[in-house]
Amino acid sequence: MSGRLRKLVLVMMVVLMAASGALAAERLILATTTSTENSGLLAHLLPPFEEKYNVRVDVIAVGTGKALELGRNGDADVVLVHDRVSEDAFVEGGYGVNRRDVMYNDYIILGPDSDPAGVRNAKSAVEAFSLIAKAKTPFVSRGDDSGTHKKELAIWAEANIEPAAPWYMPVGQGMGPCINIAGEQNGYVLSDRGTYISYKTKTDLVIVFEGDPILFNPYGVIAVNPELHPHVNYEQAMNFIEFLTSDEGRALIESYKMEGDQLFYLYR
Amino acid sequence: MHYIVGALRRAVDLILSLDPAVMEIAWLSIKLSAISIIIAAAIGIPIGFILGVYDFPGRSFLTSIVNTLLSLPTVVVGLAVYSFISRRGPLGRFGLLFTPWAIIIGQTILATPIVTALTMNATRSLDRDLQLTALSLGASRVQMAWLLLLQARFAVFGALVAGFGRVIAEVGAAMMLGGNIEGYTRTLTTAIALETSKGEFAFALALGIILLLISFVVNILVHYFQQVKHRGAYHGNNSPRRGFA
Repeated sequence: MSGRLRKLVLVMMVVLMAASGALAAERLILATTTSTENSGLLAHLLPPFEEKYNVRVDVIAVGTGKALELGRNGDADVVLVHDRVSEDAFVEGGYGVNRRDVMYNDYIILGPDSDPAGVRNAKSAVEAFSLIAKAKTPFVSRGDDSGTHKKELAIWAEANIEPAAPWYMPVGQGMGPCINIAGEQNGYVLSDRGTYISYKTKTDLVIVFEGDPILFNPYGVIAVNPELHPHVNYEQAMNFIEFLTSDEGRALIESYKMEGDQLFYLYR
Repeated sequence: MHYIVGALRRAVDLILSLDPAVMEIAWLSIKLSAISIIIAAAIGIPIGFILGVYDFPGRSFLTSIVNTLLSLPTVVVGLAVYSFISRRGPLGRFGLLFTPWAIIIGQTILATPIVTALTMNATRSLDRDLQLTALSLGASRVQMAWLLLLQARFAVFGALVAGFGRVIAEVGAAMMLGGNIEGYTRTLTTAIALETSKGEFAFALALGIILLLISFVVNILVHYFQQVKHRGAYHGNNSPRRGFA
């Protein structure tokens, strides 16, 4: 055993020490949605913020429901999400403070180019959903309590339809995988525009419906309440909120483009 | 098919170009898995040894428990650890969630039953005559235990390799406890999950190939250690005879 084993143990000890060192910088935990992360917006937005305030932003990209849950538990310092109803409940419940509007984009309905349910002729998103239900063509649902999922459920409720298997498929996955599944199934899916643009070259689905005001998708930023969770980095959370709503942050959001398309828009 | 070809090309590119982001992710994966295995070894080898060598009441029950823990789903471990280290959990004040340490805790829990069970099996099948001989020659209990462990060393090494394979390849605990934070807790497997969700299948596959390569290199290294040891012992035994020739 002796010599070589001891050397191996020594190597492992060095690895262990290397891992335990460092990690001294201040951190801000941002719980946000997959749409802001996967679209590349955060990679564009965060470095200037991190440099300006000398902080490292750790991004946890999950659905809106989970992001708010992280905030409720005090496992995040600030949340950037998109579901106004749950955001308001979050603030009213005393979990978050200083909510601000940040930006918006919109949802779109994607489907196969052949459009078997004839969604292109729909006058509204509600009518589009009704047509899909009537034709019983596959519809892929996020099914994960995300902002997009909540919006989808709201539209079904508006249409007075209770979607059901086998044509209705809640898959419990992120936006990208849902687009992918819908593509494989030749079905329809509700998507945020940002994710679709970043996915455009990887799917055969096209936009079959857009533009209804009900598809408006606003993003809000909320600091986790420091009175409820004294350990949160409230100071940097407020710096972040201020940065997002400052001229500098707004210019960064507005200038972000993917494949030539602007992904997020500002309130005037 | 084009994904596979693309993935292979991408993997070769990434490795040859030593892409810094990928290297960082790979290195973090190795580091976290290695630390988890060291801790799991410290817990699992003694327990496995005791269960394998000594007879005591409740031994078969404990054996069943260890064997059952072999099928712990990674997501369940992730969830259980999560509820302990979340700010609302009993260990919340340490702020461990979404740090590399959270991943280490989860992976240690996953690896320990493997190390324990394989050590147990290795020591259980050891030659009993050796124990009796050693005892009759006046070996102390500690000396005898050490002797048995030495005898089982290859299998114990194998146990560590199997545990390492389990933790470097698992995604559930790493995703849930680490949060897949870029440059901090993003491991190869969580990066693969992310790239898959972004539809970057070729890149995700390329990362998978890199993960396999790491496992391969680890196995080669362990094999090398075993071989050298083995050969060393062999030459040692034969040197007197060579002296006579």
